[in-house]
Amino acid sequence: MFYRECGNLKDSYASDMAIFPIPLDRWGVGVMLILAFIVIPFAASDYWLSSIMIPFYCFSLAALGLNFLTGYAGQVSIGHAAFMAVGAYSSLILYSRYGIPLIPSVLGGGVVAAAVGAVFGIPSLRLKGFYLAVSTLAAQFIIEWVLTHWKWVSGGVFGTIDTPALRIFGFEINTATEKYFLVLCFLVPLVVMGKNLVRGHLGRSWMAIRDMDVAAEIIGISLFRDKVTAFAVSSFYAGVAGSLVTMTYYGAANIEEFNLILSFHLLGMIIIGGMGTVLGSFFGAGFMVLLPILINQTMLTFMQRVPSDLRANSEAIVFGALIVLFLIVEPYGMARLWQTVKDKLRLWPFPY
Amino acid sequence: MAFFFEVLINGLLVGVMYSLVALGFALIYKASDVFNFAQGDMSLLAGLALVGFLTVMPLWLAILCTIGVMTILAYGTVYMVFRPLLARPPLILFMAAIGLSFLVQGIGQAIWGTDAKGLNIGIPDNPIEFGEIWISSFDLIFGAVAGILVLLLVLFFQKTRTGRALRAVADDHEAALSVGIPLLRAWAVTWVVAGIVATVAGIAWGSRLGVQFSLSLIALKALPVLILGGIDSIPGAILAGLVIGAGENLAEVFLGPYVGGGIQTFFPYLVALIFLWFKPYGMFGKEIIERV
Repeated sequence: MFYRECGNLKDSYASDMAIFPIPLDRWGVGVMLILAFIVIPFAASDYWLSSIMIPFYCFSLAALGLNFLTGYAGQVSIGHAAFMAVGAYSSLILYSRYGIPLIPSVLGGGVVAAAVGAVFGIPSLRLKGFYLAVSTLAAQFIIEWVLTHWKWVSGGVFGTIDTPALRIFGFEINTATEKYFLVLCFLVPLVVMGKNLVRGHLGRSWMAIRDMDVAAEIIGISLFRDKVTAFAVSSFYAGVAGSLVTMTYYGAANIEEFNLILSFHLLGMIIIGGMGTVLGSFFGAGFMVLLPILINQTMLTFMQRVPSDLRANSEAIVFGALIVLFLIVEPYGMARLWQTVKDKLRLWPFPY
Repeated sequence: MAFFFEVLINGLLVGVMYSLVALGFALIYKASDVFNFAQGDMSLLAGLALVGFLTVMPLWLAILCTIGVMTILAYGTVYMVFRPLLARPPLILFMAAIGLSFLVQGIGQAIWGTDAKGLNIGIPDNPIEFGEIWISSFDLIFGAVAGILVLLLVLFFQKTRTGRALRAVADDHEAALSVGIPLLRAWAVTWVVAGIVATVAGIAWGSRLGVQFSLSLIALKALPVLILGGIDSIPGAILAGLVIGAGENLAEVFLGPYVGGGIQTFFPYLVALIFLWFKPYGMFGKEIIERV
């Protein structure tokens, strides 16, 4: 009743190929965009914008990138935080050391990350499953080592690069709201591009590889090209996300922020959000970004007398338990949950 | 030359410890297809528990109690986490194991505290001289203990009824079920065995580095060992542990100074990657033959 797919006649190829063929979905996306661009920046406080919405968007973007690789192309990566680090460092080097404008340097950070990601994607031609997953850990450790040990990269001081003042066309980006818009203006086009990518030729090749790579090769998909492309595209998104999160949230590129735990969190985002769905990346990022804050706040309210290290440990316990619980209740992620809700709404409140 | 051998032998002894952790991974992976990322955290938990028990009881009882804790953990994990996740894709099981690792870490540290603790179980740590080579007696004794443990495991798996059942489960779940082996109980026993292995590794590393959070990171050291040897191969885990331990130590000492040091963190992965390029299922891993 509330989610209607009928009465929706397609009379041209264009409408048949539309991203959102159902009017209700179009309205929904429109409402979300209005919320994101107009309501949230004016309704939310600076704390909400800078400590919740900005990381949420950045990690959604990174999770989307990992989703291309793991959810669509079926290649597990547990070194993805390192590609974010590559993006963060290279965009800051481009921006602050070579004076390249902000937008090209962020995209440039993504391109460098894509190149590095493609190199680390080469083992995927031979390795499968957990062998590949562990070998992507090599990316994590090698990149961490390079970023801390090569003096040229970090400028020599503790492997960190500070973010200078952000400027676009002479307009300075200072406040939380401005930073929020910067992130959002990168996010929306990239998500639209990503959604179209996975609907198109490349996305279908990835899914074929995921489902069975031997069969995919037989029907004429070049495994080398498409697996390496998957790594490159995925690392591009991670790199852009990394440079955005550094510029607008962390404030300085620091390898400590992009450690292995973040890689696991990213993997957790796509598994909990839903693999092989664009929407799932957002759900998962929301879950992983908001949950620790929520747990932390709840603990602060109810357990103020408890010493802080016990609180930190209880946070870890609750976090771990919730991940396990969620996997047991809904192993295909929140996107599947959303799908179920839509299926129910098709008839509800009528029995049939 | 003596220096070379000293580095080599110390590397091999470190490698024994890597083997132990990798062995825990391999046991569980073989039996239940779970890539148990919490293996390192199990070592941490064992170390913490042992330190806790040692304050109130003698060593042998403390070790028994620690193994008791690991047994409870094993049964809890299998029946509460992995039974509901039966027959799910491996990636979901892997994520569950990551969640489990947060859980185990949190529980261990919540009960026994976060601060670094020393662990002294009374094994002397004196350098012993062999010709011109100096080797720590502690490492040597632990090498021997690890060797005995592996021998016991081999006997257990080859000669006992339970061990044979576990091997059957590892070979083929459904076939094992059909001849009447209780799958979940077999998994639980495997987790207990992995817990005991984790305990030994936890004692070894804990006595060396102190029992603290970083103990759980030895899992990362064991992963390249695991893929080099083949994820589901126990002899592979042992051999690869020795190779990686020795190789890493030699590389750090002889190669490290030229590139700026600290290459221990990724050198094992590099070795494993290069080797796997030629043999994608490791040294002794089961090769999966695919057909359309």
